[in-house]
Amino acid sequence: MVSTLMYVALSAVLFVIGILGVTLRKSALMVFMSVELMLNAANLALVAFANQWKSVDAQVMVFFVITVAAAEVAVGLALLVMIFKRKKTTDIDLMNTLRG
Amino acid sequence: MDVLLFGIPAVVAIIGAIAMLLSRNAVHSALYLLLNFAAISVLYLLLQAPFLFATQLIVYAGAIIVLFLFVVMLLGAERDEDTPHANPWQNRGAFVGGLLLLVELCLLYINNPDTIPVAVDMDNAFAAPAEVAKALFTTHLLPFEIASFVLLTALIGVVVLHQRRS
Repeated sequence: MVSTLMYVALSAVLFVIGILGVTLRKSALMVFMSVELMLNAANLALVAFANQWKSVDAQVMVFFVITVAAAEVAVGLALLVMIFKRKKTTDIDLMNTLRG
Repeated sequence: MDVLLFGIPAVVAIIGAIAMLLSRNAVHSALYLLLNFAAISVLYLLLQAPFLFATQLIVYAGAIIVLFLFVVMLLGAERDEDTPHANPWQNRGAFVGGLLLLVELCLLYINNPDTIPVAVDMDNAFAAPAEVAKALFTTHLLPFEIASFVLLTALIGVVVLHQRRS
């Protein structure tokens, strides 16, 4: 019998790895992938809680998270392609046009 | 047996995530992320969520990873990280912040064991796809319709972004 705590701990570890990816990596693509990893970690925790309380509501919420993630990736990657066309790089340190 | 069934996908998921973080090549990172998604989908199956297992594989492992790979190859941005960060303190700060967050999350759950009871009953199928569909189309009908609008908006947004301006 595996406790819900184990799933939540795994989710926390994956979330922290995602945060490290967002802060450590420089390519906007890698930042995107790390964000997806964090969304997945949150989904895992939600599914674990759904199993804990025997309620499908959390699973429905995960379904919506997946929907929004798909939309976010489509728009985000389209934006990234546009930025790449203009700046010829995906380095987030160089995307500082709005910096004061 | 249960511990083994949980442990193997969990270890694979963590290895996939760390390999994604450390890999220098964006294509390799995307493939390691695919490994991570697949391992998490196995965990969904263990948590009695067969519908989400299928959705995870189709949407994340199928659509999203393919989209990532397409864009990486389209841009030729596999190795775009040869220079260090502009701010030299960013890496150290990231490690310290990540460590603090992990410790905080662990302490939160260790200090409040009552919030997460231990026993998990693996016997009843409370989340069969039919049950999920029932909840989706009755209780959560309005969010479901809004989600379809979100997808439509994303579709239109991508088309508008890639219009050729003459």
